[in-house]
Amino acid sequence: MPASFARRTVLALSLLGLTTAPAWADGPDTILNVSYDIGRELYGAINKQFSADQKAKDGRDVTVNQSHAGTSKQARAVLEGLEADVVTFNQELDVQLLADKGALVSPDWKSKFPNNASPYYSLPAFVVRSGNPKNVKNWDDLVRDDVKVVFPNPKTSGNARYTYLAAYAFALKQNGGDEAKADAFVKKLLSNVPVFDTGGRGSTTTFVERGIGDVLVTFEAETAAVKKEYGADKVDVVVPPLSLLAEFPVAVVDKVVDRRGSRALATEYLNYLYSPKGQEIIASFNNRVQDPKIMEANKDRFPNVELLTVDEVFGGWKKASETHFASGGKLDQVFVGR
Amino acid sequence: MSRQARPRVGDSLLARTLIIGAAVSIAALLIGGPLAVIFSEAFRAGFGPYLENLATPDTRHAILLTVATALVAVPVNTAFGIAAAWAIAKFEFRGKGLLTALIELPFSVSPIVAGVAYLFVYGAQGWLGPWLLDHGIKVMFAYPAIVLASLFVTAPFVAREILPLMQAQGSAEEEAALTLGASGWRTLWSVTLPNIRWALLYGVVLTNARVMGEFGAVSVVSGNIRGVTNTLPLQIELLYHDYNSAGAFAAATVLAAIALLTIVAKIIVERNEPARAG
Amino acid sequence: MPRSPLPGFRLALGLTLAYLGVIVLLPLAALVLETRGMGAARFIAVVTGDRALAAFRITVLAALAATALNAILGLALAWALVRYEFPGKRLLDALVDVPFALPTAVAGVALTALFAGNGWYGSVLEPLGVKVAYAPLGIVVAMAFTSLPFVVRSVQPVLQDLTGDYEEAAETLGAGPWRIFRSVLFPEIFPAFLAGCSLAFARSLGEFGAVIFIAGNQPFRTEIAALLVFIRLEEYDYQTAAAIATVLLAAAFLMLLVTNAIQLWRLRYGRPS
Repeated sequence: MPASFARRTVLALSLLGLTTAPAWADGPDTILNVSYDIGRELYGAINKQFSADQKAKDGRDVTVNQSHAGTSKQARAVLEGLEADVVTFNQELDVQLLADKGALVSPDWKSKFPNNASPYYSLPAFVVRSGNPKNVKNWDDLVRDDVKVVFPNPKTSGNARYTYLAAYAFALKQNGGDEAKADAFVKKLLSNVPVFDTGGRGSTTTFVERGIGDVLVTFEAETAAVKKEYGADKVDVVVPPLSLLAEFPVAVVDKVVDRRGSRALATEYLNYLYSPKGQEIIASFNNRVQDPKIMEANKDRFPNVELLTVDEVFGGWKKASETHFASGGKLDQVFVGR
Repeated sequence: MSRQARPRVGDSLLARTLIIGAAVSIAALLIGGPLAVIFSEAFRAGFGPYLENLATPDTRHAILLTVATALVAVPVNTAFGIAAAWAIAKFEFRGKGLLTALIELPFSVSPIVAGVAYLFVYGAQGWLGPWLLDHGIKVMFAYPAIVLASLFVTAPFVAREILPLMQAQGSAEEEAALTLGASGWRTLWSVTLPNIRWALLYGVVLTNARVMGEFGAVSVVSGNIRGVTNTLPLQIELLYHDYNSAGAFAAATVLAAIALLTIVAKIIVERNEPARAG
Repeated sequence: MPRSPLPGFRLALGLTLAYLGVIVLLPLAALVLETRGMGAARFIAVVTGDRALAAFRITVLAALAATALNAILGLALAWALVRYEFPGKRLLDALVDVPFALPTAVAGVALTALFAGNGWYGSVLEPLGVKVAYAPLGIVVAMAFTSLPFVVRSVQPVLQDLTGDYEEAAETLGAGPWRIFRSVLFPEIFPAFLAGCSLAFARSLGEFGAVIFIAGNQPFRTEIAALLVFIRLEEYDYQTAAAIATVLLAAAFLMLLVTNAIQLWRLRYGRPS
């Protein structure tokens, strides 16, 4: 049975493969960027400009295909064979997974590009109803009894993991590092959430179109998009005085580019993110960038925030994940205690 | 038709009114409501933008990919359904209940779980993945995977639709045909299939609708590459989360329209009816 | 019962088994075997944890409620479509397939838009104290919507195939309509009806796409089992995910097995020949 059945499977699959391969056979002028969910507009703009610049530079027609979804799902897909030449994620754990489990990216991926391989950053910020009727200014307003908060499930959304960790970090700082008090703080925060969507954009819809909740917590980069999309008469943006640094790590997927012979183009693409032109596009989508000149030019967009980091507060992503997000971790416990 | 006795139960005015009233109003609320939302969102900006939304290259590609998937999945699962129903309805053998339950099993599997199960088999970390990779055969995150996932999700439909009817009808007519010297295939083609045409049609239509509308399983195995491996449902989700709900609902109306094609299919079958009924 | 004189048994059964093996059983086997590394003790701990039990409970209860709703509505719809003529009948007939054709996510979004406090239905229902969106009732509505066609489409062909002979005979013998329905018609459509209900229930157990939009997804209150599987997958905790999925699978499989056994038994002994 196994032999004949394997043969049949392969036969059927190769037939399917043969009949369809020409339709989307990729030349080396095409690379695939597998990315996080809400990076779609940003990378749409970057890819367009990158292609135009490549064409102007040496007449090459370069296409960058995009795939966007929750990063955990994306990392899983790459691990299982999705042929990503580069990954651009919203937290380092998912890149690290590719290094640890599939040896798809080199273990020292963080040193391959400047600034821990993170060309830009953002932070969790708030979207409130127009005029901020509940007067929400800071994280401790989110645990008030009269405030309902909307953000996705931290288990399924990288965006919400930052929200959770930022709230936790805030509480630790407020209470001089008292973990029990921080636990209680996030427990109260989670109990103020009436709806947990699975991704960031889902929560935005719930907040704006369904009219649920008083505060939406999401990346600062996304808060501007929400405001632009729905108008200042509906929502306002509040950036809390203290938040958590959210880095957006990038990596070349070595195994794939070596097989496809696309390393040069993939590397050039990621370097482009660090170029002045790339940084300018990135900043125009309300991400904070490293280039000081561009930050200066956009400073009214980016209020001063005291940024804590996962490394300082939680001892790195690996530890934060084990303590908080793993099955049976702190997040499960505070959820369970509701 | 006229030779048959007229059905009588439920013909009283009261029963008619109650049943029609209840069926129509609940169906209108439960199905018509969501449809109304979809169409009103799709046409909110007018007919021009609606067409523009449908004509974007990525959406067009998604429609083509979805049709290409259905072109393989629907015939394959129809053939499977007929074979399975033939074996189960016409013969006695041990383990029949078990086999039927196995055929129905995909209905109960959450599509996302189905997609992940396929990753366990064909993914780079799965059972066959490394071998496939070494031989340059691409299954996951490409057309074959989309077809496979669709086959899984819709495998039971045709069998499930025609089985109760074939069981209720028994095999007397087929046996008569065989006695008169017809071959097995001929019997299947001119006795069995005409007898079950309605159920078969429903089965095919549902299979097609479900293939074209499948989201969860395909989303796991397709890789979500814009304009490359995005099927129509994936494209809809993508547009929706792009803050382009008009575009998303415009694409959704295509799928709703496909469901309404049942009417057309039924009318065609009915028109060809007299030739056979006599 | 004598062996059937019809040909094609080996071919039909062979094809069925081979196809089923490759398309359905292979991936499901991979799923179930994924749990093998975790050991019985951990498997049991995972699937009997408080949160898992709560998720199973809400999933099963909502699926039961949705199936009950669909049993009644589905039978009424099939009956109306087969036996009556009325304006808009064809449209209604076509509408029945819409829940299968719409991607579940679209259905979820549309239902949520309708039932949210600011939606067409929600703005009527919520002042009356009926909360559907982001409440357990929303799960029932989403499940009922996505599994509606099963009962209708299972019963419809059988009902269509029933000639009026039995009824006429029964009426001649002086039976009233309700009695005729109960003791003549219903037994005839019962196998198909039962099949439709069990499929609707099975489908509801696994439904994910439509439910997550409308449920609110709060642990212990509106978190369904399929979402819990999804959450564990997102943690790369394949074993736990596979364990919970295996329990759902086993439950659905058992139920399908039982209803099929009942149907076969009825076919063999239960109907007049």
